[in-house]
Amino acid sequence: MKIAVPVKFVPDLVEELTIDPGGAALDTTWLRLIINEFDDHAVEQAILLKERGSGQVAVTTIESEGADDFLFAAAAKGADQLIKLTGDFSSANNHALARVYADLLKELQPDLILTGVQAHNDLDGSVGPLLAELLGLPYVGYVAGLTVTGDKVVARKEYSGGLVAEVEVKLPAVLGIQASEQPPRYVAYSKIRQVMGTAKIEERPVSGLDPSGGTAVSRMFQPEVAERATMLEGGADEVADKLVGIFKELGTL
Amino acid sequence: MEITLSPVSSSLSKTFFASLYELTNGERIRTCLQCGTCSGICPFGYIMKFPPGKMIGALRAEIFDQVIKADSVWMCVSCNACSAFCPSNIPITAALMTRAKEEMLLAGNIPTELQAALENTQRYGNPMGESPRKRADWTLGLQPEVNILGKTRQPVDVLWFVGDYASFHSRMQSATRALAKVLNALGIKFGILGPEENSDGDSQRLAGERGLFEMMAQKNGQIFKRYKFNEIITTDPHAFNALKNEYPALGISHPVKHYTQFLYERLEQIKPLLKNEIKARVAYHDPCYLGRVNGIFDEPRALLKAIPGIELVEMSHQRLNSLCCGGGGGGMWLDGFQWEKAHTRLSEWRVREAVVASAEILAVGCPYEPPRFEDAIKTIQNASQLKVREIAELLAEAMGL
Repeated sequence: MKIAVPVKFVPDLVEELTIDPGGAALDTTWLRLIINEFDDHAVEQAILLKERGSGQVAVTTIESEGADDFLFAAAAKGADQLIKLTGDFSSANNHALARVYADLLKELQPDLILTGVQAHNDLDGSVGPLLAELLGLPYVGYVAGLTVTGDKVVARKEYSGGLVAEVEVKLPAVLGIQASEQPPRYVAYSKIRQVMGTAKIEERPVSGLDPSGGTAVSRMFQPEVAERATMLEGGADEVADKLVGIFKELGTL
Repeated sequence: MEITLSPVSSSLSKTFFASLYELTNGERIRTCLQCGTCSGICPFGYIMKFPPGKMIGALRAEIFDQVIKADSVWMCVSCNACSAFCPSNIPITAALMTRAKEEMLLAGNIPTELQAALENTQRYGNPMGESPRKRADWTLGLQPEVNILGKTRQPVDVLWFVGDYASFHSRMQSATRALAKVLNALGIKFGILGPEENSDGDSQRLAGERGLFEMMAQKNGQIFKRYKFNEIITTDPHAFNALKNEYPALGISHPVKHYTQFLYERLEQIKPLLKNEIKARVAYHDPCYLGRVNGIFDEPRALLKAIPGIELVEMSHQRLNSLCCGGGGGGMWLDGFQWEKAHTRLSEWRVREAVVASAEILAVGCPYEPPRFEDAIKTIQNASQLKVREIAELLAEAMGL
C-alpha cells in the first residue's frame, strides 16, 4: 500500500506575531515556521500503518525554513520517500497548496492520503477536503485511528460529545487526521543526523500557483481594546429608567 | 492513568555492550561485587524493577533486554550517589545509566513528557520551549544594563553562562537579577550571550540524548569563539559540569567556575559589603553536580557563613551523601512519570529534612531547586514557614542590593 502525507508549515506561536506594514498579512521578518501539529500526527499515523502491515510512506511538503529537517526526521521515523516542492510559495493559500499537491499525487497514485485535519492558519478551508475534491476522492475528516483491509479503510471519526463513528471508505481516499493512534514518536538526534547522510530529498520545482477560490484578507490586526460598555449607576428604578431612555435614543423602543 | 510509552524494540543495538565497556572506566563494570550499595543508596532504588545493582546483574546474566523493556531506568535522576559510594568505583551513572537511557531513547521507549523537553531543546535551544529571543528578558530594567555580547561586542573578563532555568523560569529570574547586582557591586566586568546562548545540554545528555547534547555544545562552542573573555561562570551546576567535564572532549575548552566558587575567591572583598543581618537558621542543600560530582562543598557554605546573622545547620543528607532534588538526569521533565511510580518527590523528602533540621531558610545553588522545593513546601506538613533562597539572593539581600 502506498501512503502519501502532504504536510504544511504554520507560524510558530512561541514567537510573538507582528503584522506586516501592509496591514493584511503577518510580518515574516521574525516569523518562524513549525510543522502543523495535525500534519505531524498524519505522518505518525502513516508510519504506524506501515509498521502494522506493509507499505511505503511518501512525505511531501513545500520549500520552507525547517522543511529539510522535518523531512529527514520523517525518514528517521520510517518514511520511504521525501519530496520537497520548490518555488515561490509566498502567495500560497490552501487552494493553491491543494492544487500543487493534487498534481503531485496524481503522479504518485497513492492508495491512501493522510493529512492533518486542520491548521491554525487555515483561512480558506483545510487542505484535505480541497485535495479530495481536486482528485475526485472520498474524504473523511476528524479521524483518530484507522484500519485498512484490502481496498477499504475503516476510519474512526470523532464527533463532539465523545462520540466516535466508524466510517468505511473505499480506497483510494483522503483522510483528515485529528490524532494519530499514538503520540508522534521521538527520534534521537543521532538517528536524524545519520539519515541526513543517507536519505535523499527529491526536489520538484513548481511554478504558476493558482490561489483562486480562496479568501482575500482585507485587514489583519491584533485584538483591539474597545470601550463600548457603559455602566449604569443607581438604584433599580433609576437604572431601569436610564435603560429605557437609551433604548428610545437608539430607536429600539 | 497509565503513562503511555512507545513500543519497545526487542533487541539491543549491536554496539551496546562494546560501547558500554569502552566508556571511561566502563571496564570496571566487570569488577562489580554485587554488594548492593548502589541500589541501597539510590533514592529511587526501592521503586525500580532494576535498580543499579540488578542492572549489572542482568548485564552479566545476559538478560539486559529485560532492563530495556522495563521502564525503571527513567526513575534515575543521575544524582551520582550510586557511583560515589561504589566500592569498585564503577561509573554507574556516567556509563551504565546514561548508556541504558540512550538505548531506551533509540528504541523509542521514552515517556512523552521527556520527549517534549527534548523536542523543545532541539527547536528552541531550551527545554521549556521558550522563545530564544526572550532569553535575556530577565535583564530588563536592570541598571547598569547587562552587557549582551552580541550587541556590544566589548571584550569582558567574565562570560556569564546564565543557563535555561536561570534565564527563563519566572521564580529564578529574580535570583538571576540578584547575582547580576552582586557582580556589579564587586565591579566585575561581565557579559552574557543572551539570545545566542543555547542550553548547556547536560541534563539532556544524562537523559540519554547524547546527539542533542553534542548539537547544543557545538552551537555554544561556535558562539564562544565570537567573543573575548578570560573565564566562564555559570549559575547552573549542570552547565558547570558540562563546560568543565564534557565540552573539552568536543574541543570546547574554557576555564569555568560555578558562581559560588567565583564569589568565594572574592570573599574578602565581599565580607565588608555584607551589612544587613539575616537572622535565620539556614540549611544548605548540596546540588549533585556541584557537590558530589565536582567536589564543591565548602565554598557555598563559606559564603553563607559570611552573612551576619546566619546560623548554618546541616540536614541528615549532606555533602557527598546529599539527597538529589529530583530534577537531574531528565527528572525535571519526568515529574508525572516519576510521581506515577513513586507517589512521592525527592524534593519533598528534602524539605522534610530541612524541617527536621529546624531550618528557616533552605539555601540552594542550583536553578532547578527553588521551584522544586517551593512546590514541595506546599505539600509538606509544618513546612509552610520554610523559605527557599538562592545563595545569590541572600548575598544581595545582605549587601542591601
